Amino acid sequence: MRRAMSWICLLAVVLASAAGCLDELRFYLRSDPKTFNPALVDDDAAETIRYLTGGVLLRLNRQTQQVEPELATAWKVSKDGRTISFQLRKGVRFSDGTPFGAQDVKFTMDALMDPALHSPTGDALRTGAGKVTAVVQGVDRISLTFPAPVAGLERLFDQVAIVSASSAKKEMAVLGPFYVTDYKPGAYVALRRNPNYWKHDEAGHSLPYLDAVKLEIQGNRDIEMLKFSRSEIHLINGMDADYYDRLSRSAPGKVRDAGPSLDSEQMWFNQVATAPIAPYKLDWFRSRNFRRAVSAAINRDDLCKVVYGGHAIPARGPVSPANKYWFNTQLPQARYDPANAMQLLREDGFRLAGGKLLDRSGHLVEFSLVTNAGNRMRERTATMIQADLRSIGITVNIVTLDFPSLIQRISESFNYEAAMLGLTNVELDPNGQMNVWLSSSDEHQWNPRQKTPATAWEAELDRLMRAQASAIEATARKRDFDRVQAIVAEEAPFIYLVNKNTLVGVSPLLEGVVPVSTRPQTYWNIERIRFAAERASNGK
Amino acid sequence: MRTARTIGLMLASLIALASFGGSLLQRFDYSRQDREQVSAGPSQEHWLGTDALGRDRLARLLHGTRVSLTLAPAAAGIALLLAFLAGATPGFVGGASERVAKIAIDLMLSVPWLFLLLMVRAMLPLNTSPAASAAITFLMLGLLGWGMPARILMARAQRLRRSEFVVLARASGVSRWRLLCIHVMPNLRPVLLAQFWIAVPVFILAEANLSLLGLGVAEPLPSLGSLLQELETVLSFRGDACSFAALLVMMLMVGSLQIAFMKHEVS
Amino acid sequence: MFLLRAVAYRLTVVAVTIVAGGLLAATLARYAPGFGTDERQLDARLNRDSLMAIRDASSEERNIAAYYTGALRRMGHGDLGISRSLQRPVRELLVERGAVTLKMVGAGLALAWLFAAFLVVAAWWLHSAVVETACSMAGGLLLCLPAGAVALLLILLNLPGCVAVAAVVFPKVHRYLGELVQATARMPHIVTGRAKGVSDAGILLWHVVPVIRKEVLALAGVSVGLALSAAIPVEALCGIPGVGQLAWRSAMARDVPVLITVSLLVVGFTVLANSGADLLADERRLVG
Repeated sequence: MRRAMSWICLLAVVLASAAGCLDELRFYLRSDPKTFNPALVDDDAAETIRYLTGGVLLRLNRQTQQVEPELATAWKVSKDGRTISFQLRKGVRFSDGTPFGAQDVKFTMDALMDPALHSPTGDALRTGAGKVTAVVQGVDRISLTFPAPVAGLERLFDQVAIVSASSAKKEMAVLGPFYVTDYKPGAYVALRRNPNYWKHDEAGHSLPYLDAVKLEIQGNRDIEMLKFSRSEIHLINGMDADYYDRLSRSAPGKVRDAGPSLDSEQMWFNQVATAPIAPYKLDWFRSRNFRRAVSAAINRDDLCKVVYGGHAIPARGPVSPANKYWFNTQLPQARYDPANAMQLLREDGFRLAGGKLLDRSGHLVEFSLVTNAGNRMRERTATMIQADLRSIGITVNIVTLDFPSLIQRISESFNYEAAMLGLTNVELDPNGQMNVWLSSSDEHQWNPRQKTPATAWEAELDRLMRAQASAIEATARKRDFDRVQAIVAEEAPFIYLVNKNTLVGVSPLLEGVVPVSTRPQTYWNIERIRFAAERASNGK
Repeated sequence: MRTARTIGLMLASLIALASFGGSLLQRFDYSRQDREQVSAGPSQEHWLGTDALGRDRLARLLHGTRVSLTLAPAAAGIALLLAFLAGATPGFVGGASERVAKIAIDLMLSVPWLFLLLMVRAMLPLNTSPAASAAITFLMLGLLGWGMPARILMARAQRLRRSEFVVLARASGVSRWRLLCIHVMPNLRPVLLAQFWIAVPVFILAEANLSLLGLGVAEPLPSLGSLLQELETVLSFRGDACSFAALLVMMLMVGSLQIAFMKHEVS
Repeated sequence: MFLLRAVAYRLTVVAVTIVAGGLLAATLARYAPGFGTDERQLDARLNRDSLMAIRDASSEERNIAAYYTGALRRMGHGDLGISRSLQRPVRELLVERGAVTLKMVGAGLALAWLFAAFLVVAAWWLHSAVVETACSMAGGLLLCLPAGAVALLLILLNLPGCVAVAAVVFPKVHRYLGELVQATARMPHIVTGRAKGVSDAGILLWHVVPVIRKEVLALAGVSVGLALSAAIPVEALCGIPGVGQLAWRSAMARDVPVLITVSLLVVGFTVLANSGADLLADERRLVG
């Protein structure tokens, strides 16, 4: 009995010390994931879980921004852009051992494309009315036919995590490098290495290198920064410039500036005809000269320097230069030119009187700028814009609102004059912005849900976006979307302010982290990230 | 103690004079952004340094103190007047009015009034001037901040209702209203003063939090509350003591006024 | 008999107040701007049908009186509804988070009262204006610190959340308690007692405390509401997964099912605390 107890104690010690030797990556989620169903992901936390656990047919390499084979070893898109055929990888199993095959792809697509699901990924694939047909052509061959051509079709499969058709664990049986082992709401999500993960490195060692990932749930950026500087967490996947500067002073080796991100900050004026604002103000906002004058009066270089500490670049349009293929390099730089601003305003009958700008009817040029409260960078940006426009006689009243109130004003009641928000570009392909540029769409922020385009240039935007969506040839699409960006620069329905840089924190304990501008910035190659001490150890 | 009260009064007057007088000087422009000297330390040009947008911290402190010291005590006064009417009066009168007042106070203390504040913001024009927005914010704080003092005043009034001098006065035919105003009120004054000195800093801070709802003092106008909000992040701890100037001013102001108005001596 | 009648009456008042408070909270949430909106409305990937479905998700709550009545009925069967923003049963959320908040609030209250009482007694004992002034200054400092700064100090010093709750409650309790004791100390019977040689401890225990008991109980009742209110910013800022954090997130998301339940709980606790204080004061008067 005593000997048995000794063995049990020894085993317990070994297990405990083995647990303590786990290579566990730790970083924070800013909120609880709303779902573990990969088809319903629409928040950052759930997207992180999906990325770490989901196996996809094709993966967008975040560094090269090119599509690469993943669970599909080969694929072919038909000439009409409606059908994509996949050759699937053989011998792959889900985390619970269930074999992967074409039936799982069909099951996933059938669920994803169910209109009742209201999946953002499904909606992105749903380019026309009608069903998506999945034809299983063998255990490892499948073709999917869409009712209408889907431009950039293959890139969209980066967000389609394949779910098992036969596993009892449903969406918890995964094909990605990790699987969820524990979830304590409000506290953490724990993931373990998927023992059935199909990838190997060049030396034949199975991936991922890490044993576990622990995602603690913490929305407070100060706590995140403190824990990171104490090495209690290993990554910060995006931080504000002032935290970056603080950390770069105290721990310069721990932070990286990966250059411009895909995101932008912009403001726009309300052009909705039925908006409850003064008609003379609506006239201002509908004037191209007025919008361009406001744009010219904003000192973007100062915004980048003061608000973002130099970790941003002036924005030129809806696409950041970080989007290598789709960015229109011919777009002019937005120059700070108050003289030009005044000239544009004079052309529209505005004049200065006693340091204040008046319109042709003698109304004082004053408008409110709404934005969301709690975003320190955005509030500072608004204050700087207020000061810049004051120098040309325009009075701006800044109103910071909680998000639901803001959404109600800009999307439902249209009871606002100007608004400022950030644009988070999840996708590289311009199709992801279709709903922004189509005049009939809800996301056409300055004047949504138009029955017919209110202006000729909006009609042209509609035509161009539809043309690029149905074109299969890349150069034709590029030409059309370049023209969209040029029109937007001329007409300035959105006044683009800055493209923020991707600022991340990476522990020096880690190897293999290559920060990029596309999400997820630090762990996009999670299977190849490891702790530096592992270099000398044996492969698994 | 008398010396302490004198010192307190002098300090409070100095701060008030500095903030009201200084904020009138053109030198102290609270909105001018010196974009070449952002988050700078003290210098000849900026005696307390600059904030994250290059604005003179001293100028913002002077203006912010003026705004908060004008409006927060007014809001506290409103809250205490309502507390007196809703707490002390029913507590003294007793009966059904006391029972109804207790329920009203309990509801006041527990219902989430932030939605009412959101509605107020929704009803205000978006182009409300910063000064008007500040005044409305403090007015709302006053109108919503009477719950706790009312409960305490009610308890004190209930005790006074049963005290001997009140019983004697009632027996002599003195009316309730006269009793309340002439005889009970002086006995409530220490409680009212205690609540007042609690309410003033609480309202100053609450005003800054209301900027999350679109209320509060709008940019570029500063307030003590918005200046104190800068302390809510680890970034303010950068070895620059001037970040704490607003906190120091508020503590000095509140503390010196508390001492100045302390009526009794501890024997 | 009087006691039973008093208890029954108070329970009725408590129940009516809780129900009325819940309805008031639900109505305010329903008519506040932003009701029925969702962050997903700004997601450019969603098509019109999906956006309509998002908007319709809260259609059940538009008639708030009917919704509230239904919610109360369901609560009777233990069903507290489903959180729209977190997509989880409200009951589960409260069970996970309730203990965290109760512990934090309870400990914070105890800490605040103990510290306040200790300082008041110390000032009384030492007869020192300096001690009293210093305590006032300390309380004043805490009153002047924003909740965010208090939360930040907690994080920096690795202190538990109850310290922040205590930091919010203490200055108010101490200020009022100190004033009560000092005011009572000036009463004729106290002066007489001192003159007759009664000890400080005796005066405090037998002549001051009984006089101020009712107000101290009222203050105790109010401090419960204060501590519960303090829990919201402390949990939200420090990332403590309690009911306060849930309440804040639900308020920002206009999540009516959660707001109704949390409001009922907060109103319930506040009313019970205040009514309990009143009952204690009444009952002891009857006995004394």
